[in-house]
Amino acid sequence: MNEQAPRSRAELLLELADDDLILGWRNSEWTGIAPFLEEDVAFSSIAQNEIGHARALYELAARDLGTDADALAFDRRPEEYRTAPLVELRRLEWARTIARHFLYETADAIRIDALKSSDDPEVAGLAAKIDREEAYHRMHAELWVGRLLGSEDGRKRLHEAVEELWPYALGVLDDELRPELRRRVEAALGWTLPEAEPVPRGHHEAELAELWEEMTSVRRSAPAGARW
Amino acid sequence: MTLVWEVFRQERKGQPFAHAGSVTAPDLSFAELYAREQYGRRQESEALWIVPREGVHAVADFPDEFDLKYRRVDGYSIKARLKEARERAGTAVES
Amino acid sequence: MDTRTQEFVEYVQAGGQVESGDWMPDDYRSKLVKFIEMHGNSELMGVLPERDWILRAPTLQRKLALTAKIQDEVGHAQLIYRVVEDLGKPRSACLDDLVSGKAKFHNVFHYPTKTWGDVGVIAWLVDAAAIVSQKALLKCSYAPYARIMKKICWEESFHILHGRDVILAMVTGTQEQFELVQEALDRWWEPLMHFHGNPIPADEDPMYVWRIKSQGNEDARQQFLEGYVPQIRELGLEIPDPKLRRDDETSVWSYTEPDWDRLKAVVTGHGPASQERLAFRRLSREQVDWVSRIVLAEAA
Repeated sequence: MNEQAPRSRAELLLELADDDLILGWRNSEWTGIAPFLEEDVAFSSIAQNEIGHARALYELAARDLGTDADALAFDRRPEEYRTAPLVELRRLEWARTIARHFLYETADAIRIDALKSSDDPEVAGLAAKIDREEAYHRMHAELWVGRLLGSEDGRKRLHEAVEELWPYALGVLDDELRPELRRRVEAALGWTLPEAEPVPRGHHEAELAELWEEMTSVRRSAPAGARW
Repeated sequence: MTLVWEVFRQERKGQPFAHAGSVTAPDLSFAELYAREQYGRRQESEALWIVPREGVHAVADFPDEFDLKYRRVDGYSIKARLKEARERAGTAVES
Repeated sequence: MDTRTQEFVEYVQAGGQVESGDWMPDDYRSKLVKFIEMHGNSELMGVLPERDWILRAPTLQRKLALTAKIQDEVGHAQLIYRVVEDLGKPRSACLDDLVSGKAKFHNVFHYPTKTWGDVGVIAWLVDAAAIVSQKALLKCSYAPYARIMKKICWEESFHILHGRDVILAMVTGTQEQFELVQEALDRWWEPLMHFHGNPIPADEDPMYVWRIKSQGNEDARQQFLEGYVPQIRELGLEIPDPKLRRDDETSVWSYTEPDWDRLKAVVTGHGPASQERLAFRRLSREQVDWVSRIVLAEAA
């Protein structure tokens, strides 16, 4: 799939919505088992916000596609999701989680920024709302990156995690936005990232199918249109 | 490293800040983040104050040896004298 | 009992409140810590049966509501352990005792969850049973605990509404959905009847003597039945106890006597999911231990 091909509004919205839904789903896996209780509560809010953003994005896309948000979120086949592989990875390990959180928030900020000046007022308006909530996500990510960088052990773990996820992070954005991502991440971390082949949208990690099975298991147990 | 931070919250504009609870955090930035979550994620607070526990100095004993009622409203009972004054002025109200 | 302790008993029984810096008898302090710690453990262990269902929630709204409910429970654990910490027992010691099986948590969290029907029954009825106890704890003689109970009760009221909404959607849905609820209710009825504890008379319960609890166990159970049996029955659901009936003259509910030995076995770690849950908590704690070492002075 040529990732640079022009997208319809719905296709663009689905990229953002699917990323937020799946990342929100992954982040919810930390509920009850985060490193300590205060952080558990904070990280849960971030996961909820992401799902809330997904919902708003799906609602807008649903109007273009003649369906509803829940149908878009749950009733498509795994191969139909437009997620970036970064969010599909199952990484229930804290350094990887923080690295992904930081990389994703940085990438998301860049694309949301671009959307805020969209000619489409609905897209621009929604992007502005999302951005206001994500300011807190970025603050949280920065605090954690700072804390990990402040110790030798933390720095080592973060370094390893970022190196592993960097090619995936590049895959979140379109070509022309990637240099900005590199610039911001290198400035925040204080080291140069290696040259890497981006892992783009268009193919899915094996983990997505597993996630989809679980995510849709209850929904699929009743006929379409059942109320829950 | 300060670990416990006391959180005071103001429920609505104009109201006093009342102690709401405490969070453990390695520094003020984390403490703010966690206090926002525990006491504000439902938009239930207008504002918060966050104070390291050592910043709170507790006081709990007050000497109560002599009659200090004259400093309070309950130290004044004017009913009897008021009745007398009204009777004298002929303005007493039948009750 | 020495004079000072006797005066303390009279003080709390007359409604007196105790703060963290006040003198308290050793027995009061140790019973208090054990009681409050068990509550914290229960909130924390209570997350485990429910968290899987966040991932399986069938609509975005349910996903958000369930995540928020469980987040509240984690938040409650935080509030409760802070009270225990201020009484002198560090959080890490509480968690050590929890995962080693030394400390207890409430019976209901020793059971597996099998279907989305469980999600509704837990959020509605288990939380309802809990709120009966929690409202009584608003009058706890230990003031820091009574104060957090206010926030906890306020937040639990949303949970019950969410739970009831989940149940209502299912009992007005397909026949299969209705049956999911009935089947879940059949499994959860015994744990619910166990929830408030065996019917020890209040004045023989040390927790009541110290006014840590302000309500006897049987009293709490009767309150739960009085409030919720009619609500369950009006949905067309059957309660799996043929002996359950209300004496309209005395307003007392009679029921099949629960197996109290079974309750004891469950809370001492022999419930159907006890060991699996403790193992899960032990493992996940080990995996994040390094984070607490870097971020906090002590392991969480």
